[in-house]
Amino acid sequence: MSMMQNFVGWIDDRFPMTKVWNEHLAQYYAPKNFNFWYFMGSLAMLVLVIQILTGVWLAMNYKPDAQLAFGSVEYIMRDVDWGWLIRYMHSTGASAFFIVIYLHMFRGLMYGSYRKPRELLWIIGVIIYLAMMATAFFGYLLPWGQMSYWGAQVIVNLFSAVPVIGPDLSVWVRGDYVISDVTLNRFFALHFLVPFVLAALVFIHIVALHKVGSNNPDGIEIKKGPKGNRWSDKAPADGIPFHPYYSVKDIAGVAGFLFIYAAIIFYGPDMGGYFLEDNNFFPANPLQTPPHIAPVWYFTPFYAILRAVPSMYGSAFPGVIAMFASILIMFFLPWLDRSPVKSIRYKGGIFKTMLWLFVIDFIILGFLGTKPTTATYKLMAQIGTIYYFAFFLLMPIYSKIDKTKPVPERVTE
Amino acid sequence: MSAKGVDLKKRRTLTLATSAVGAVGAGFVIYPFLAAWAPSERAKAAGAPVEADISKLELGQLMRVKWRGKPIWIVHRTEQNLKDLPTLDPELLDPTSEDTGQQPDYCKNPTRSIKPDYLVAIGICTHLGCSPTYRPDVAPADLGPGWKGGFFCPCHGSRFDLAARVFKGVPAPKNLVIPPHYYMTDTTILIGEDKGAA
Amino acid sequence: MKKLIVALLLAVAPVLSQASEGAHLHDANIDISDQASLQRGARTFVNYCLSCHSAKYQRFNRLAKDLGLTKQEVKENLMFVTDKIGDTMQVAMPSEEAAKWFGKAPPDLSVIARARGADWIYTYLQSFYQDDSRPWGVNNEVFKDVGMPNVLWELQGAQKPVYKTEKDMAGNDTQVFDHFEQVSPGSQSPEEFEETVRDLTNFLVYVGEPIQLKRHQMGKWVLLFIAVFFVLAYLLKKEYWKDVH
Repeated sequence: MSMMQNFVGWIDDRFPMTKVWNEHLAQYYAPKNFNFWYFMGSLAMLVLVIQILTGVWLAMNYKPDAQLAFGSVEYIMRDVDWGWLIRYMHSTGASAFFIVIYLHMFRGLMYGSYRKPRELLWIIGVIIYLAMMATAFFGYLLPWGQMSYWGAQVIVNLFSAVPVIGPDLSVWVRGDYVISDVTLNRFFALHFLVPFVLAALVFIHIVALHKVGSNNPDGIEIKKGPKGNRWSDKAPADGIPFHPYYSVKDIAGVAGFLFIYAAIIFYGPDMGGYFLEDNNFFPANPLQTPPHIAPVWYFTPFYAILRAVPSMYGSAFPGVIAMFASILIMFFLPWLDRSPVKSIRYKGGIFKTMLWLFVIDFIILGFLGTKPTTATYKLMAQIGTIYYFAFFLLMPIYSKIDKTKPVPERVTE
Repeated sequence: MSAKGVDLKKRRTLTLATSAVGAVGAGFVIYPFLAAWAPSERAKAAGAPVEADISKLELGQLMRVKWRGKPIWIVHRTEQNLKDLPTLDPELLDPTSEDTGQQPDYCKNPTRSIKPDYLVAIGICTHLGCSPTYRPDVAPADLGPGWKGGFFCPCHGSRFDLAARVFKGVPAPKNLVIPPHYYMTDTTILIGEDKGAA
Repeated sequence: MKKLIVALLLAVAPVLSQASEGAHLHDANIDISDQASLQRGARTFVNYCLSCHSAKYQRFNRLAKDLGLTKQEVKENLMFVTDKIGDTMQVAMPSEEAAKWFGKAPPDLSVIARARGADWIYTYLQSFYQDDSRPWGVNNEVFKDVGMPNVLWELQGAQKPVYKTEKDMAGNDTQVFDHFEQVSPGSQSPEEFEETVRDLTNFLVYVGEPIQLKRHQMGKWVLLFIAVFFVLAYLLKKEYWKDVH
């Protein structure tokens, strides 16, 4: 036996290395018709690793203290060798993470990846999305700029809209009566912690995926189809081993992603003020509210929904409910879609139109979230909010009456 | 396409090429993370050379400046101090500064200095890092009749002469370190840099 | 259905083209590769701004390296408060005193160009005008009732605003700023002064992010490398995927 075989044998006697390698890579059969949308999962994992690596490195020089935080970021940008690169990787990575995840979720919407038996997979995904939002929210306070401070102030103040316990709840979250050094310190600890919780959730997400196998653009269950392919008699006919085919394809995907990622870092890390906001280059001033506060772009659709709902009985709570509901409603998607087919490719005009409008609606809500409230904008946001909920709440009806096309037996290229 | 039609050589070459370029890329990515650990500009600025103005330093007086967080002594030695130095050689561990790590080349001389009149030394005992006391007094009761002036470390009793050389039979193993320095003018010493190294 | 989408987009379009708030900003025409401009801007900054405004994240030795100046040149021409080339550009004025004298402490300018933008700074510095109701006798068209005096007045001279009559949204007549008129000359002609302000703005853009001088250059090589890697990875993928169809 060769030395390598000896070594592998030694490990395998003590750890299921080869077993895991085969079950989850070399003999894990994924549908052969994955397209562009199927890059997003591996890219999301890559960005998570990048964020953790750059984040820990930033933490080596960042100071979570209200007097020192802003200065420590500039220290990293100027005085720490290559600090500027690590900082830009992290700030660009945060936006990249959300772009990738929104595309990943959209893939799910398009191809019915949330349908049985993948409901739990989808639910774990929505939990990961919530963890991402929490991480981003905590992280945005850390540079301690004007936007950091006042954005956090506004969002934490939302808690005070909760009836009865609201104001006390806000104080409890902040650890103080206003956003302060106390808040900053604890948000830093939480921002460091949650990504590791996220990583554990990603592991669980993949375990759930591998149990049922991947969906595909045609929405056909390859495990239910004919058996036998060129690698194995027992594997699905339309399946191919993840390794080497998807490992090699994903590497090319990573290269493509890194090209865009690097282009942004080296040529336009501010991204016109959307990735690094202009106003955040003013140090936080508790005595002066900026004329216009908006969250970072990836939160703006939900912010628009929050502001669209009018106060009822003197309380802003309905808006808060609507905002949280707009995220939580995603959990129910597997049970709202009553279509006999999974994938958009075989759905009818109604579903396709509803989905298209949903995308446009989400983008418009996002745009509205960046703008100050005017009468016109408020009306648009209200229409947008109604449509957003209608997309989900009416789905049991329109997905059922939608005229579908016949689904093929075998996957199409 | 049949399974036999696989061009294994091409696959091997492409895999090798991609892996090699990938490894190089990984190296390029890792480099900034490692480099970020080097002393920052702020640390380097804090560690920058300091100037000492000796125009008002009287005979027998010691002044201190801080360089890189360490106490630097400048002593204005007297004629008598300089005459006494060679008489102490038999009592010293390294009278001729053979240990080259303890002083720059230009201070490997009997007075361990650039100008004989001034001693420039790092005031940290080479035993365990305490800062010795300046004892210019001759033959005090606690140091004995043979004491001709020098430094006494209160922590564990190490003794050094006025050229910062360590005595035999004390815990400290080496002479005090002489830092890189040079005279910008007759009355200004730049501590932390060799002449012409700026 | 398509008609509905088009109608929605058309409804949104005019709203999207809303005019931006605030004074009209002139184009600063920044060029940070112009080292001579940066050097002139540095000198103007040190002579006119540094007495009140710090740039506390910018080190002098970095200035020397990035602007192509020797340490000696920097020490002689740009350093007045300190003599340590590794120091940052601090200001002599303590901030509590400054707050008392000016109503508000003059802010640090290290990242002002990133916060307000080059065009804003460029326009602001040229928009001071005579106004006897203000403590320093000047106001600013870009930053109303600003606490800062016109430190560049001896170069620019004094000017006053000229208004024109326009109809507002309700159809009433209103006075709107049209242009400035020179009241007394400064030591520089208007063209020279514009150039001075441009150099100063250029310098502040550099100070806002010193690495920007280098990151475009680096980016070129990084993208080239990734492109090469992409080509190899793609060829590798194509080769293996011959097995699949």
